[in-house]
Amino acid sequence: MENSLVVTIKNLVKQFPVGGDYFTALKDINLNITKGEFTGLIGPSGSGKTTLLNIIGGLDSPTKGKVSALGNSLNDTSHNVRARLRRKHMGFIFQSYNLLPVYTVFENVELPLILNNVEMKKRKAIVKEAVASVGLSNKLDSRPNMLSGGECQRTAIARAIVHQPGLVLADEPTANLDAENSHHIMKILTDLNQKLDTSFIFATHDEKIMDYLRRIIHLDDGQITEDEFIKNSKVDTSK
Amino acid sequence: MIKFLTKGLIRDRSRSFFPVLVITLTVALVVFSIGFLKGTMNSLLLDTAVILTGHEKVVTRAYHEESQLLPNDLALFGVDQLIEDLNQKYPKFFWSPRITFAGLLDAPDKNGETKEQGPVLAFGIDFFSDGSRELEIWELERLLVDGTLPNNRDDALISSKLASQLNVQAGEKITFIGSTMDNAFTTYSFNIAGIFNLRKGQTDKQMMLVDLSGAREALDMDKAASAIFGFTHSLYYDDEEAVALRTKFNDTHSDSLDIFSPFMLALRDGNQMGTMVDISGAMMAIMGGIFLVVVMVVLWNMGLMSGLRRYGEVGLRLALGESKGHVYRSMIYEAVIIGLAGTVTGTTIGLTLTYYVQENGIDYTKGIEALSNSSMVMPNVFYSQVTPDLFYIGFVPGVLATVLGTMLAGLAIYKREMAQLFKELEI
Ligand SMILES: Nc1ncnc2c1ncn2[C@@H]1O[C@H](COP(=O)(O)OP(=O)(O)OP(=O)(O)O)[C@@H](O)[C@H]1O
Ligand SMILES: [Mg+2]
Repeated sequence: MENSLVVTIKNLVKQFPVGGDYFTALKDINLNITKGEFTGLIGPSGSGKTTLLNIIGGLDSPTKGKVSALGNSLNDTSHNVRARLRRKHMGFIFQSYNLLPVYTVFENVELPLILNNVEMKKRKAIVKEAVASVGLSNKLDSRPNMLSGGECQRTAIARAIVHQPGLVLADEPTANLDAENSHHIMKILTDLNQKLDTSFIFATHDEKIMDYLRRIIHLDDGQITEDEFIKNSKVDTSK
Repeated sequence: MIKFLTKGLIRDRSRSFFPVLVITLTVALVVFSIGFLKGTMNSLLLDTAVILTGHEKVVTRAYHEESQLLPNDLALFGVDQLIEDLNQKYPKFFWSPRITFAGLLDAPDKNGETKEQGPVLAFGIDFFSDGSRELEIWELERLLVDGTLPNNRDDALISSKLASQLNVQAGEKITFIGSTMDNAFTTYSFNIAGIFNLRKGQTDKQMMLVDLSGAREALDMDKAASAIFGFTHSLYYDDEEAVALRTKFNDTHSDSLDIFSPFMLALRDGNQMGTMVDISGAMMAIMGGIFLVVVMVVLWNMGLMSGLRRYGEVGLRLALGESKGHVYRSMIYEAVIIGLAGTVTGTTIGLTLTYYVQENGIDYTKGIEALSNSSMVMPNVFYSQVTPDLFYIGFVPGVLATVLGTMLAGLAIYKREMAQLFKELEI
């Protein structure tokens, strides 16, 4: 079973220097996430959700403890190795979409493929498929400023999954969206989760998301207070 | 990736069009200002060069020793041959004979009795030869306030100050009283063809200009001249070159034992002109330097700002797995391209402008006249000067400063924790 582990975290501590002192944002976190999970990190503001997500994504490094993602240790790896890991095997979704404003939907989604040196001919088809999977085929040539918030986030989702990553990290993906759009987004994400066998980790305090999650990890003050697996989530596990 | 970035660069006018525009304007300004500064400094020198020293001046060794006395008995002989040699050996300059002489001018009344008399400093200049540029470098057409330019040997131009002192007008006759080159007493009658005003304070107070042939006739100086003046074809004084040439000439052509052998003097060798040349060079360097620094700070800042403005994009690209080095390099490439585009256009515009003003000048005559009852010698038409360094000077602020600014902005990519960049991107 070991190799179906997507993320393993042992005794993780994260401290930030504050003034001459340290602020401990994560205290002794132990966590395993297996392939195909649809997991949420839930907790109040400041509880360490983003910090944990950043460490899993290799954007930040642990102070103590062992962290590995997709079979790669993140403890002593160089920046370039982590960049490569993200480029090939991870996708990111942000609260504020972070689309590049001067590029079209097509081009925004295309970027991860360009970074992965996918041939131009192949790119076109893959991008179109990804955009279709979030229902935006009619907006391929639109710029972000012509899109609604929901459409922007769907574009960002297409960008996060276009290179078929093993792990998608989403930090408050629905925080800027209304209820209807949030549900729409979550449905798309659950679909993709099953179709692609991609693992998803969310950081959120959005109640609407909870119903979709199959595992909820409660964080409080940098510690895991509860780790629950949900049987009857909205995700259809029977397939 | 390059194609992808280029697309973005072109579409985002705040990243391409505006920086290029700012760099273009700044570089054009730098190029033109420096060209203008050089031109202005040069015209200050040129005034003196035209009247007194040339860029180079050839005299006999003996004449040089006593030059304040205008000792025409020590003048150069065989001038035509000498000029031919000079033109052949030093084609970067054009060479022209000059007789400088002093004496009295006598203005007669209707009855031929002396009406007024006064001292005169006269220049015999080659007005009439084919290809002579004397009329041009003296700018006589422009400076003529009455009458016409000389048409023959006996025609003279006198300054308006001298004319009013002698109470004469164009068309009247005057008599020069002085001595020939053999120190014999002589009188010679000139027609006042025209009256000019150099508009350079007291410089032309006693000045009369006649053709070389007239001067030779008056002073009995056939085939002789006080000096041969040399000017660069562009009329731009390059001190280094001028000094090198005179040193070389004196080493090879001048015989220190022969007091009549030719001796060359550069502009800087004239009275206090060395200091003047040095000061104007230093002023150039200081003003140009300060200006360059200011402009560099501006462009550096722009590079910095446009780099910082893109934190969001940088953070995203890092999150998507682009390496820091790759992002950094692409920012630098972009800055280089923007800098080059702006600098090349800016330099072209600046040079065009400089060249235009070099050829046509900006005439301040009205303004200067208003200012000048003072004796200050001021040029009244400002010229700029295209020099080789203008072709590359713009690259210093245009490319270097822009790229340095971007590099500094880009350093943040390395210095900061990536999560921090990432947070800035979340805002
Ligand atoms: N770079 C940093 N330097 C110092 N302290 C930090 C830094 N990053 C985060 N922290 C602190 O660590 C704690 C956890 O922050 P984190 O962003 O992970 O919280 P969060 O759970 O994502 O909160 P939110 O729900 O508001 O996004 C906070 O108290 C925060 O102030
Ligand atoms: Mg957060």
